[in-house]
Amino acid sequence: MALAAGTRDDFPLLRPKADGKTLIYLDSAATSQKPQQVLDAISEYYRSYNANVHRGIYWLAEEATARYEEARANLASFLGAAGSEEIVFTRGTTEAINLVAAAWGRANIGAGDEILLTEMEHHSNIVPWQMLAAERGAVLRYVPVTDEGRLDLDAFERLLEDRPKLVGLTHQSNVLGTINPIRRIADRAHQAGALVLVDAAQSVPHQSVDVGALGADFLAFSGHKMLGPMGIGGLWARYSLLEAMPPYHGGGEMIMSVGLDRSTYKAPPHRFEAGTPNVAGAIGLGAAVDYMRKTGMDAISAHERDLIDYALGRLSEVPGLVIYGPKTAADRGGAIAFTLEGVHPHDIAQVLDGEGIAVRAGHHCAEPLHRRFGIPASARASFHLYSLRSDVDALVAGLIKVHRLFARASLSTKEVAHGTG
Amino acid sequence: MELDDLYREVILDHHAHPRNRGRLEPSDISVEGANPLCGDELTLYLNLRDGRVADVRFEGRGCAISQASASMMTEAIKGRTLDEVRAAVGKFKDLMRGEGSGEEMGDLAALQGVRRFPVRVKCATLPWVSLEQGLDEHAAR
Repeated sequence: MALAAGTRDDFPLLRPKADGKTLIYLDSAATSQKPQQVLDAISEYYRSYNANVHRGIYWLAEEATARYEEARANLASFLGAAGSEEIVFTRGTTEAINLVAAAWGRANIGAGDEILLTEMEHHSNIVPWQMLAAERGAVLRYVPVTDEGRLDLDAFERLLEDRPKLVGLTHQSNVLGTINPIRRIADRAHQAGALVLVDAAQSVPHQSVDVGALGADFLAFSGHKMLGPMGIGGLWARYSLLEAMPPYHGGGEMIMSVGLDRSTYKAPPHRFEAGTPNVAGAIGLGAAVDYMRKTGMDAISAHERDLIDYALGRLSEVPGLVIYGPKTAADRGGAIAFTLEGVHPHDIAQVLDGEGIAVRAGHHCAEPLHRRFGIPASARASFHLYSLRSDVDALVAGLIKVHRLFARASLSTKEVAHGTG
Repeated sequence: MELDDLYREVILDHHAHPRNRGRLEPSDISVEGANPLCGDELTLYLNLRDGRVADVRFEGRGCAISQASASMMTEAIKGRTLDEVRAAVGKFKDLMRGEGSGEEMGDLAALQGVRRFPVRVKCATLPWVSLEQGLDEHAAR
């Protein structure tokens, strides 16, 4: 199930530059690069049928509306939703989670209610709940993470005894790469009377995701991590839940009728899409879905699993390198966080940048997780379907250079005054 | 990217073998500084005698640039009058702004390569900004 040769050539930014060098891009967990097909779809929209949607009578507006809604239907079938009306377009995962926290949360969470999250969440699946909890007097609890970087499922069982109203967790950690057993967790959560929100920002781009099979109630995703443009993403939710939710933002497009004192609202999903939406973004995201479908999600997963397996092996050759998260490719995605003894992650990323290699350094919007592992920051290499074994080789060579640069200084015999006593 | 400009030998040496590392208790001035974005953390301790820096120590964790800058700074200000220390802070900030040649600044001149990496300038200035804050707080007492 190998990917077609030349897949990488579809990505203009990853083609060799004039000087013959090629960018080694290992930060796809932050954002993916975009294939020409997506760039063309966005450009074609603006060149050929740019008009506001759900408003005009003229053919151009009808065309734009039809393509916008086609993109929604495309995403719905890609995610196995019951219908397009279960897909709400948002700016991305962050806005999707904020939407649930604001619309569902305010209607359903009261004083003393519990919301159960995990220690491996991205800030976007922590902060909206903190805001809701502060407003409502609700309580946040966290499922601990084991030393291997997996959720502690025994602790999860105990935490369920407190009867949380919602369990919110990531499908795939953006730091550890851990793929969580959503189905099993969702079944247990439902038995305990909780709804389940899944942050799928890191899973939808890399594996076949079927919302029905996952058993979740809400699922949030971002277009820009799945080969699509920035500023578009979405929320999938069971329609009965969406129907019971009050609006999130007020404005045009989301209303049925507006009076001076009150208004009536459209049915979902449009109830949650106030204002002119990101039409070009939705169409670009639709093109990204077409691209991934054509490539095959199983082929993408298999390609990345091979890379992860290869990278985990090769990285162990680097002296002083510590990997956080599962040490084998099983139930693990292509984000590998690591530290190098005696070298701050920012220095790692800086030296690698000098070698033309882009990795992330910092806490990757997961400060509580870094605190759990007792480190202020880590470096992270992450893959997508265009990543190659040669990228991993370049990374390993770069890291050995980092190690040598800093090890040389620490071994230097130069006499120095350690303090003045 | 001229990496050798950033990671000069003397910077790597100060990072690997920091001078004046540790804490002073009691101290006349103790001040904490942090760059939340990168996780650089620093605490600076100074003891003063007759208007001079009698002793100075720092502890913290962070990147090579912030740690080397702190180490070099402690060497540069020990034994100096408070006016001289203030002048040194100004001179270092000028260096980071691309003003001044770094002459007469000893090891610190090696940090001028940081100017070419704008996101790292705040790493180099963290100890100095913390020092200035500590002096201001002490003066206000």
